Amino acid sequence: MDEALWAFGRASGAVSLALFTLSVVLGILVRSGRPLLVLPRFAVTLVHRNVALFALIFLGLHVGTLMLDPYAQLRLVDVVVPFLGAVKPFWQGLGTVALDLAAAVVATSLLRRRLGPGIFRAVHWLTYVLWPVALLHAVGNGTDGTSKWFLLLALAAAAAVGGAGLWRLSPRFLESARLRQEEAS
Amino acid sequence: MSAATGPEPAGHLHINWTRCDGRGICTELLPSLLIRDDWGYPLAADPELAEKSRIPFGRASERDVADAVALCPRLALTVLRPR
Repeated sequence: MDEALWAFGRASGAVSLALFTLSVVLGILVRSGRPLLVLPRFAVTLVHRNVALFALIFLGLHVGTLMLDPYAQLRLVDVVVPFLGAVKPFWQGLGTVALDLAAAVVATSLLRRRLGPGIFRAVHWLTYVLWPVALLHAVGNGTDGTSKWFLLLALAAAAAVGGAGLWRLSPRFLESARLRQEEAS
Repeated sequence: MSAATGPEPAGHLHINWTRCDGRGICTELLPSLLIRDDWGYPLAADPELAEKSRIPFGRASERDVADAVALCPRLALTVLRPR
């Protein structure tokens, strides 16, 4: 049973990270205002949100199983306060930081209408901190974190988010940019 | 188009132009009420409409309007109900 919790705790963490990676890339696509192949814009928004929700479910399973697991020695305080862990406190603490940031992003997303677009967007920007911190946590804390296959996957994920981030910063990022810029010049 | 909404609209869709960025989600969800202008911004499909930021909608559009309001990335849409 202990082995099962340990294995599930690790696997759910990896799945959560993969889903978060997809959600970040989709979120950047949402911001561009572009449809994706056969998906209209509103559907891309919904897929972004639902993939993020699945990532959170696996994040909950990841933390929940490892709290019951005797190897991880995770206490309740480690879920909220980073860097106090019994095992690899720094790398585990990065996971806690990512969890806290995720909680802030979720709370402001759910309360978006009450908080207004300014606060929502400002807190949503924390995703750009959340994601790399989560990736570092996976590499530094994961049992397979520094194995070759995981590093290759991590590199692919970093390339996907990094590529999307570079596209985000490019002048032609917004769907409407071309038309509105041509009009202005 | 105004005939589709009937004589007594279920409500009005209000567009906050300060917030609107023309991301195109409402024009996808409400093709009978809104069209997209050349810059991506929503425009009343009914050219006769006097108030451009207060679009009447009928009971049939109720769900699509609710979706558009919920999904607007800039929170630029609100529903106004008759008092």
